[in-house]
Formats: sequence, structure tokens, C-alpha cells
Amino acid sequence: MSNRPFVLGAVAYDPKVVTIWEGFKQWFADQGFAFDYVLYSGYEAQAEAHLAGHVDVTWDSPLCWVRTRRLAEAGGTRAHAIAMRDSDQDLTSLVLVRADSNLTEVSQLRGRTVAVGAVDSPQATLLPLAHLAGLGLEPGSDFTVRRFDVMVNKHGDHVGGERDAVKALVAGEVDAACVIDGNHLVFAKEGTIAAGAVRVLTRTAPFDHCTMTVLDGVDRATADRFVQLLLSMSFDDPVVRPLLKLEGLKQWRVGRTTGYVPLESAVDRLSFYGPDGSILNDDYRSILGT
Amino acid sequence: MTLPVVDVGALGLDGGAHVLVRLALDEHKPGDEVGVRGTHPDLAADLVTWCRMQGHQCVSRGESDCVAVIRRGAASWSAWRGAERSGEPDARAEGAIAARPPASWGLAARGAVVEPGGPEPEFRLDLRDELWTDRAGALYAQALAGQWDPAVAIDWTETIHHGAQIERAVVQVMTFLVENEEAALVVPARFLGQVHPHFREIQQMLAVTVADEARHIEVFTRRATLTGSELALSTAGGRASLQTLLDEPDFATASFLLSVMGEGTFVSLLGFLERHAPDPVTRRVARLTCQDEARHVAFSLAHLERHVGVEPELRARLARAVEQRHRALQGTAGLNDDVFDALVLLAGGAPTPEGVALGWQRVQVLQREMADSRRARLNRLGFTPDESDVLSSLHTRNFM
Ligand SMILES: [Fe+2]
Ligand SMILES: [Fe+2]
Repeated sequence: MSNRPFVLGAVAYDPKVVTIWEGFKQWFADQGFAFDYVLYSGYEAQAEAHLAGHVDVTWDSPLCWVRTRRLAEAGGTRAHAIAMRDSDQDLTSLVLVRADSNLTEVSQLRGRTVAVGAVDSPQATLLPLAHLAGLGLEPGSDFTVRRFDVMVNKHGDHVGGERDAVKALVAGEVDAACVIDGNHLVFAKEGTIAAGAVRVLTRTAPFDHCTMTVLDGVDRATADRFVQLLLSMSFDDPVVRPLLKLEGLKQWRVGRTTGYVPLESAVDRLSFYGPDGSILNDDYRSILGT
Repeated sequence: MTLPVVDVGALGLDGGAHVLVRLALDEHKPGDEVGVRGTHPDLAADLVTWCRMQGHQCVSRGESDCVAVIRRGAASWSAWRGAERSGEPDARAEGAIAARPPASWGLAARGAVVEPGGPEPEFRLDLRDELWTDRAGALYAQALAGQWDPAVAIDWTETIHHGAQIERAVVQVMTFLVENEEAALVVPARFLGQVHPHFREIQQMLAVTVADEARHIEVFTRRATLTGSELALSTAGGRASLQTLLDEPDFATASFLLSVMGEGTFVSLLGFLERHAPDPVTRRVARLTCQDEARHVAFSLAHLERHVGVEPELRARLARAVEQRHRALQGTAGLNDDVFDALVLLAGGAPTPEGVALGWQRVQVLQREMADSRRARLNRLGFTPDESDVLSSLHTRNFM
């Protein structure tokens, strides 16, 4: 076997990403596993680099998983979700309204304005909008969508877009705002949302978030060892604990793709990507400059 | 076994319901289940989110009218695993003070449970035997009780009756005192940041000493300028003597030279000023600062006494330091004539033959008293009378 390290691709949505992967790199080295990482400024480039064989594994947003899977299959290969965090499983997104508003039914959103996150945020834009569409409300025609584009091409990893959406809701500028369940609690704790100021109008079905993705051509034994090592990381280990805390998990789990069904259908419903992984959303394309 | 249940009332997770849930879970082991009862409409769904983020498991079973049942995860205990208690807050407790606290205890309160994996700040002074005295806590308490406010404790409006020449002598002595107080501030301040926080009472004693010296600098400066005079001369020799204190990197040696030898000598000097200064303001200032100095000396004597007890070779090192300092200062002038003459004038009270005779005799007594008290302190640290005589005589003529 060569000494070439197993290379992970990740997106630099925050400076802490360097701390995280430097820490992981050191920890893998201590376990005798040669590991390195490459950072991309956006998920689309990461997916394309993955398909081009620049990296062995990618730490994908759920939307990046969807695109990578589509690109792979269009190119005659397959993508595999091999590991994810305990905190990536069974999330929900919420449509929040002000507690004192007269909105009690989803249908009452007709003609109103709904704040969402960035154009490419699965949790704060695509999934909740598809959820509303499933309940009979077409975004853009039945209600106005007000987007809060913070760090586009980072698939909503940056919390800023959701926070701005919630601030607009609290300030009365919009009638509803879409956020992921965990951020709802974060915004309450940090005081962006006062206790009892908003309520949940509707909640999406559970979905999964990030995944470690490999393609068919990866060295299987090395990828297996990588997953084994991830699964062996213990929150009880004081060396590992700070890294897990930064990355927001207690424990790694074996990957699964069942949790991406809602996002696959949202992406189709909203014509975000084509079945071949091409980017269809015009706003997104123009922001990306493609 | 019946399911333990916590009632969060109308609280939601957006209003602190988790605080009560957490209290309830803390009563149980990982794997145990606790039911949550409450009326907030989002409670059940938000608990699922909260459990996922905390590493608990939400087993939504609506038994005994609970909105959720939570199985405690192991993650919330992880920080306690491998954590150790860093001594005891009360220094008198058995095992309270570690011989060498690990760097990883860092800034943690003494007695806290320290989660492993944190930073390891370097505190150079981390050996109990080179720092500690059981008296530090009591001396610190004494220091706090003895703090005085220069604006209140001294009546700065009292009239100065003596003439311009005597006043110039007072100003010269004050000018000399200020630079000595500066050394007495800077030396402990430099060590203060190097003491491992485990030795809290040592830090506190050094900190209050630094605060004392800051006040001393203030009151001596204020007395010097009280009558509108300009400050007097700062000699190169005087500052060279003080520089050797600043240059000493070893805590025990610096403490010995500065406090046992220097500040101890100053206690005699300030007592002299309290008795013989020509005006009530100077006498009062000398009295207040002298009390503080006596405490600084007591602290140094206490930790050095313990230190030589566990490391008798320290005495030889301290003796060498005095000899070295003596050699280093041989080429300098020692106490400048201006200060010496000023002390004579100040203690005599008049620029007359009678006044000078009186002042001269008083300064002779002062010098004997300084030497005697130095010998007594050296005896206390276990030096023989002969050694004490020699070391005392080698002490800088600059007093500090
Ligand atoms: Fe002083
Ligand atoms: Fe002092």
C-alpha cells in the first residue's frame, strides 16, 4: 500500500472548520491512519472535485449528497453514504409564526410572506418550501418567498441566513420563517427569540443531514478503516471530546440514505437540480456565476 | 418500578423547560428513563430535538400522561469521566495543597473537578516547597483588614511649620522612598503572574502587597509635593542597587533580598521617620506604610522559613546571593550623601549645630537598629550568629 493519505474534502463555512480537521488529522495520525483534508469554499465545487477524483471522501451537506449521487449515477458510477453524526439523523424543519399572529392553519399563509434561508439551504429553504407545496401552497405563486442569502454555495451550513429570517419574523417584516429544529432552540437560548414569542405552525417530516460520501472507485479497505475509526471515537475520550463538540456530535453512526428521500423529492419538486446533477435553479446559477 | 416524572408546567424549550428536565435526568444514571409532563404545545416535538442535541434518547411513550419519556444518554457524564478534584478550597484541609499541581489544572478553582483535555498554561512557580506557607491566608486577611485610604487615613491639611531647608530634606527622603517602593512593587508583580493559581493564598498575598506598594508610591509622592516643592535627586547608585533586585529571577532569592533584607531594613527606617520626622503628615505616612512593610516582611520570612526547613541548602544559596550582590554593587556609591544628610537634618529638625548633632546621633542609632534587626531575621532563617553578622554587614548601604 502506498503512503498516500486518505483525503477528505470539506467546505470551509466557518474558520472553525480548520480547527476541526486539523484536530481529526492529528487524531487519525495517532491511530496510525494517514489522513489529510482539502477545503472548498462551496459544495458545488466539492461535488465536482469528488467526481473528478481529487479526493477520496467528502463531508457532504444533504444537498451535496443529492448532487453527488446524481452526478455519479449520471456518469455510470455510484455514491455511498458511509458515516454520519448522531445529530444528523431525523431532523425536522419548522415554519414559525409570531405567537400573537392570527395564523393557525397552513392554508392561511396564502398571500403572505414567508422568510427562508439561503437559496441553497436544504433545511431552511428547500425542505420547508417543498413541505408547504405538499400541503397545497406553491411557493412564489401562493405566497411570497423572502430569501435571506447568507454564504450561498455553503448549503445553509452558516446559521446566519436562518437567524436573519427569524429576526425578520420577530420584527414583523414577514409572516412566517423557516428554520431547522435545532436552530429554533439555539435562537431561543441566545435571545433572538424571546420565550413564547413564536410558535410552530407546521413541521416537516424527519430528514437526515450531513454524510461522509465515497464513490465506487474508492479504496474500499481504506474507506472501511476510516469509518471504523470514526465509529470508535468516544465522547468519553478527553482528547476527542473537544473535536466532537466542535463538529456537533456525541457519536458517529453508520451512514444511511433513507433520510434523504424528502430532500430528493424537494429538489425535484422545486427544480433545484436535474436528475443528472445539473444545476437548474436560475438564481443559484447566477449567484454561482455558471 | 414507577417512572420518575418531571413536570415543567407551561414552559416550552424556548423558555427554559430543559433546565428542569436536566435536573431530573441528573438524578439518574445513563440508560434510566424519566417522564416529562407539561402543557406547552411544542413540548413533545422540541424535546426530541433537544434530546438529539444532548445525546439523550426520546422514547415518546405517552405513559402516565407524560408527553415524552427520555432515556438518559452517557454524553452528559463524559466530562466527569477521568476528571479529578484539584485539592481542597480550604488550605487547612487534609491534602488541600498539592506538592506540584499539574499545569492542566490551570485556572480552575482549587477544589473544582477538572475536566481533562483543557489547556496547560505554564506557571513557572508550581512547587509547594518553594512557595508555600500556612500563614499566607492569615496574612492576606490581615492585609485586607489593614487597608487604608490615603485620602481618609491622612490629614493632608495639617500645617507644615519647619523651614525650607528641612522641607528640602523631607522631599529628598520622599524622592528616595518612591523609587524603593517602585522596586518593591515590580518585583512581586513579576512573580505574581508566574504562581500556579493552585497556590491561591500566595497569589492573594502577592497581589495585596503590590496594591500596598502602589499606595506607598502615592503617599510618598504626595508628601513630597505637599508644599509645592519639586522632587529631589534620584542617584545612579541607588537605582543600580534596586536593579539587582529586579534582575533576580529566583523567587526565594528575590524575596530574601527584597523583603528580609530590604523591606526589613525599611521597617526600621519608617519607624525612625515616624518618631523623628518634623511634621505630622510625614509621621503619619511613615506609620501607615511601616505597618504594611512589617506584613510584607512577615510573609517572606514565613515562606522562606518553611523553604529552608525542607531544603536546608537554600541557606547557602541565599548567602551567596548577598555576597554576589555586594560585589556587584562595590563599584557604586551606596546610599547617596544627599539622602544621608537629609535624614540627619530631618531627624534633627533644625539646620543648626544643635539640630545636626541631634540628627546625627539619631541616624547612628537608626543604623545600629537596622543591623540588629537584620541579624535577628537572619537568625530566624537558621543562619548562625556569625553568618548573620557577616551577611548583615554585606547588605547594600542603600537600605533596600
Ligand atoms: Fe512599601
Ligand atoms: Fe513592601
